[in-house]
This record gives sequence, C-alpha cells and structure tokens, in this order.
Amino acid sequence: MMNPEEKKAFEKQIHAYIGKEFGPALVGQDDVNQAMVRQWCEVMGDANPAYTDTEWAATSSRGGTIAPPSMLHIWVMQGYPMAFIKPDDPPVDRQRELHQIFDKYGYKGVVATNCTTEFFTEAKPGDSIQSHSTFDTISDEKATGIGTGYFIETVTNFTNQDGEKLGRMVFRVLKFIPTAQPAAAEESSGGAMSKDPTRLAPALGHDNKWWWDAVNNDDKVLIQRCKSCETLRHPPRPMCHKCQSLEWDSIESTMDGTVNSFCVICYPEIPGYSYPLVGAVIELAEGTRLVSNVVDVDPDDMVIGMKVKGTVEQVDEVTKLPQFRPVKS
Amino acid sequence: MVANFGGKSAIVGIGATEFSKNSGRSELQLACEAVVAALKDCGLKPDDVDGMVSFTMDSTDEIEIARTVGLGELNFYACTPHGGGAATGLLHQAAMAVSTGAAEAVVCYRSLNGRSGQRYSDGVSGDLITSDLIHWGWHMPYGLLTPASWVAMFTQRYNHLTGCGKDNMFEVARQTRDMAVNNPAAFFYEKPLDREQYDKAKTIVAPLDLFDCCQESDGAAACIVTTPERAKDLKQEGALILGVGQAAGVDQEVMTSFYRDELAAIPSMDIAAQQVYAQTGLCADDIDAGVIYDAFTSIVFWQLESWGFCKPGEAKDFVMNDNLSLKGRLPCNTHGGQLSEAYIHGMNGVNEGVRLVRGTSTNQPEKDVNNVLVTSGVGVPTGGMILGKMK
Repeated sequence: MMNPEEKKAFEKQIHAYIGKEFGPALVGQDDVNQAMVRQWCEVMGDANPAYTDTEWAATSSRGGTIAPPSMLHIWVMQGYPMAFIKPDDPPVDRQRELHQIFDKYGYKGVVATNCTTEFFTEAKPGDSIQSHSTFDTISDEKATGIGTGYFIETVTNFTNQDGEKLGRMVFRVLKFIPTAQPAAAEESSGGAMSKDPTRLAPALGHDNKWWWDAVNNDDKVLIQRCKSCETLRHPPRPMCHKCQSLEWDSIESTMDGTVNSFCVICYPEIPGYSYPLVGAVIELAEGTRLVSNVVDVDPDDMVIGMKVKGTVEQVDEVTKLPQFRPVKS
Repeated sequence: MVANFGGKSAIVGIGATEFSKNSGRSELQLACEAVVAALKDCGLKPDDVDGMVSFTMDSTDEIEIARTVGLGELNFYACTPHGGGAATGLLHQAAMAVSTGAAEAVVCYRSLNGRSGQRYSDGVSGDLITSDLIHWGWHMPYGLLTPASWVAMFTQRYNHLTGCGKDNMFEVARQTRDMAVNNPAAFFYEKPLDREQYDKAKTIVAPLDLFDCCQESDGAAACIVTTPERAKDLKQEGALILGVGQAAGVDQEVMTSFYRDELAAIPSMDIAAQQVYAQTGLCADDIDAGVIYDAFTSIVFWQLESWGFCKPGEAKDFVMNDNLSLKGRLPCNTHGGQLSEAYIHGMNGVNEGVRLVRGTSTNQPEKDVNNVLVTSGVGVPTGGMILGKMK
C-alpha cells in the first residue's frame, strides 16, 4: 500500500497524461472494403441493403454502399498480433505506457465501463480511416464493487483521407486493484449449493426470544404486559418502566394499525432485501408501536395516518416477519 | 442542581490529520498524528498529558496511543458511548476531570477510517455492533440497517407535522456547502452545491437524498483541555468551556427512539440545552455562532429548536433567510460541517468551535464571536457545549 507521499507522486504521474495523445495517428491497415463490411453484417445479423446490396445501393440517395457507422473503430484496429503483447513488453503507445504505470502500483485490473460514439459522416468503400486518441480525464480514486481504482476517459476522433470528420468516440475504463474474491463455494466439502441471501435475523436472548418464537411458531404478534399494573410495552424488556415489576405476561395484537411515520429505503441495497422498501413505525390499536414494513403499496401512496392491517408472513426461505398492508377504505 | 464546573477548564490545543477517503494508514497512526498536532498547537509536551478521553466506538485504546506517542502517566481515562453522541461528551469528561483536579491535561480524540475501513453505510450487520444486537434485531429484519433509514423515519414525521420539505432541507445543505467552499481542509472545497445538483442526486432513504447525508471520511481530530491558569502560559488563546452537558431522554434508544410519544423532536437535546444554559447563565440570544451536528440536513432543524433559536416547528423558516450563513443570525458549521468538510464524528466540529473563539476560522464571521455552541450527534444520547473567550 502506498503512503500518502507515494500516492501523491503516483497521482501526479498519472494526471500528467491528461490532454496527451496516445501517439501518432493510427491509419487503417485496409481501406474500407465490401468484403469486411459483408462479414461484419453477417456476424451482426444486419441485413440493411445500404451496406451490402450494391445494386440496390446504387439506386439509393447515397449512390452506392456505405460502411455501417458502428464499424468505425474497426477500421483502425491493430489486428490479431495485439493478442500476443505481454504485460512487460515495451509500450506500443502512451495508453499502454499509462496502464503499465497503474499495473506497477497494483492497479492490474482493467474493465471498460462506458463507450459513447457520435457519427458525423458515413464511410464508404475506398475510404482510408485514421484515428487520433487523447486522454481526456482521469478521475480521483474511487471505490467500486470490483475494487478501488481510477476511471480513465479517452476521446478518439475519426477522419477520412480528406480530413473529413467521421465520428468521435468517448471510451472509459476503470484501472483497479481487484478485490479479493470470496472463497469458492463449499463444493469440495459436499457440494452444498449457495442459497439466496435472506434477511438479517435478530439475535435472540432472554428478553426477546419468546416474542420471536410466537412469530415463528404460532404466526402471532404478542405485546408484553406488566402483570402488576397491566401497562403494555414494546420492544420487550425484563422490567416494567412504570412500576418496576419483573412479572409479565402478554396479549396477542389484533394487528390493526396506523402509520405513525415511514421511510422509503433505496440505497445501499443489502442482499436479502428488495428495493425500494417501505419501513414504517406502526401505531397498533393496543397503543404500542411496532417497526415493520408496509408491502403491496406504491411508495408514493404512503402517507402518515394510513390505516394498515398486519399478518405474520414468510418473507424469504428462512424468515418470518410481521408485514402490513394498506386497509382499503 | 446545576453542575459547578462551568468556566473551570479550557481547550488550549487542537490538531487533526488531513481528511480523505483513503488515509492509507492505521487508525492508531491517525490518532497519534492528531494528538501530536494538538500538543504542538498549544506547546504542551507529551508527558504533560495525564488524561485521555475518547469514544467507545473508537478502535484505538488510549494506552496504545500513550505508549506510541510517549505520553506520561495517566490519571484519568474514559470513553463515552453512542457514536457521534459522544463528541461533546468527551469535553464533558475532560472538563470535569480538569476542574476537579483529577487530571491536569486531558487529550480528547477520535480516529476512524470511516471510508476505507469500517463504513457505517454497510449497515449494522457484521462487526459494527456487538453489545446491543438485540436492540438492532427489532429493526434489521425490516431493512432498517443504516443511519439514513433511522433518521428518515424521524424526518418524515417532522416534515409531516411542520410542513418542512426539500426547499428547507436544501437550504441547510447549501449554506453548509458554501462554508466548505472556502475551507481548503474540506472535501467539498471550491465545490458549491446548486439546487439542480441537489434535486438530481439519488435517493438514499426517502425523504433523505444524497446531499442530505454527510460523507464517509477518513481522518482524526483531537483537542487538549487544561486549567484556565495553565492555559494562560500556553501558545494559543484558550477557548474556555463555559458549559457542557450530556443527555439521554426518557425512552431513549440508540438511533431508533421510535417508541417515544412524539418522533418529531429530540428531547435529549432539549435536556442538553437546558443543562448548558443553566450552567452558563446564557440563552440563545447570547450565542454568536454554532457548530451544529449535521450528519443529516434534517437533524439541524431539531437542534435549532432545542437550543431556542426558534420555536418548535419553526426551524424550517429560520433556515430560509441565510440565517446559517456568515451574515445570518447564527453563522453555522463554518468549517463546512460533516455534510461538506468531513465526518469525524463531530470532533472536527469541536476544533472549529475553538477556531471561531480564536477568530481563525476560514469563515470567521465579521462580528465579535464570544460564545460558540457545539453540539453532539442526535438520535443517540447526546450533549452540547458552549465555548467562550478566556476571562
């Protein structure tokens, strides 16, 4: 791991690339030609006669075939030998040079994240395509799901032999330190399949297990009641806050309730839950409150004061919970 | 009964690391750096320190810092619970220790890799919560896993009862951001916030959107408390702790006090305000600037009401006329707050309170700043403090 000074020096080094060209312009090895266009259209399943039907195209407003615009970057690709470049080979251009700097500091992963292309003029058979690429932006360090790294955005301008602008492509990659992958599933130890994630379960102890047992075993929501002064209380606690009695029993809630407040949980998304998720403080008819979810409701329709009715439900493979629904009036 | 230690201790040194998203070093190291910076600021030597106070949530024990920094013998150490609710609680401990002679120089510190290490947005699963799992069990299964989800519940109810809404919440976010724009230490230095950005940002937990929420930051902040007598011999002008108090309300939970009579207020902060005003003999009219804990925009409203800057339910109007800005009634979170400087659990705010008294904030109000209010995090048991000039 870099110390702050090393980090500063590293960032200075990579940011120096902003605005620079990759190197000299790339010139397509083959001029735009009907054979490559036909192969592209076959692979892509594109039957547009403007690309491949010379007779039809002769009668079109273009007076001849054109190359599919989305092939633009294909014409300047460096071909199969690119596959044999090794990580430590001398860099072929400044992009490779920059990536090698990232590699040296552990940012060995690379993934393309976005590509936007604008098309200005069509390419046609016989055209010679050139591209000029520059580094446009390099982000601050970002933490992502696959690892920590920097987004590098490059801009490539495509021209033909007359210097006419054909298109402009913005391409963004993330160079990152790959996050260690979780250990492989327990296949070797018996082939247990991984299950869908479930909701976080409450920890159970002396003061609450009886309440969750009633939910899980009897589909009931209970409310703790002081045996001495009959004050109801929730969440359960071992002593009455009114009379300090340690004696208690419980009553079953009717699950008739009113929404006292609510929130619509959107981010971050935790495995085991589906979003948006409505959390609510429910004022039960008995007078105590219960935090729960309101389901089968458009979050935009939620209002404080809404009447709701609850039941105990299986919400995933292993979890039972009280859940509430709006009462139709 | 009114506590009798008001005006009997002073913050004399402040220090911090840089604030970042990835400190690249241990929380122990960050803490030591901040402590040493605070010692240098006031001119005390490491072995002058005989007391240390921090948060129960801090991962770094005081004795580790003591032996790493080379502090002397400690006569006093304590930790205050409940996350950001501890911020002025540390000063409460330190002020009591110093004013009673239990200690002469107390370091208060908090150090966290809150972005690159344990993130609060990861929710309360895993390692974050150990001792009060059962309490969280009443909320976790329903997806209420993050501070934003808990605070959103109070915010919804408050907005419903008062008519407060995004216009008002934006004003808190914007005026706080405007402060950060002038503070080179702030994450959002030179990056103002406009309404379009605010409205376009993603929803975290409705009604809280991205810019209603504080950042997650790496960094540490520390300050040093000693007697007013000793403070006079030191390098910097001290900031006298005129009053400080801790407060937990009736039926208080950690972040989820959903079972109190009314959700749309924070009784714990009302209690803190009553205590500290009684201790200092001051009232809202005497407060010249504020560092009001701003983990979320909406919690600022409730605190303005608790401390009497406006009536209950009227904070939404109070914030509308630039009243939190430099020329407003209560220049507030002049460092950019936790929304826009960094989230160091309120300890960066304590240091800003000291700067306001010294007259060295990057957003120093033009008027005389005699009394500065600093508050702790809310939703949890909380506290508050008033700092003033040395007599």
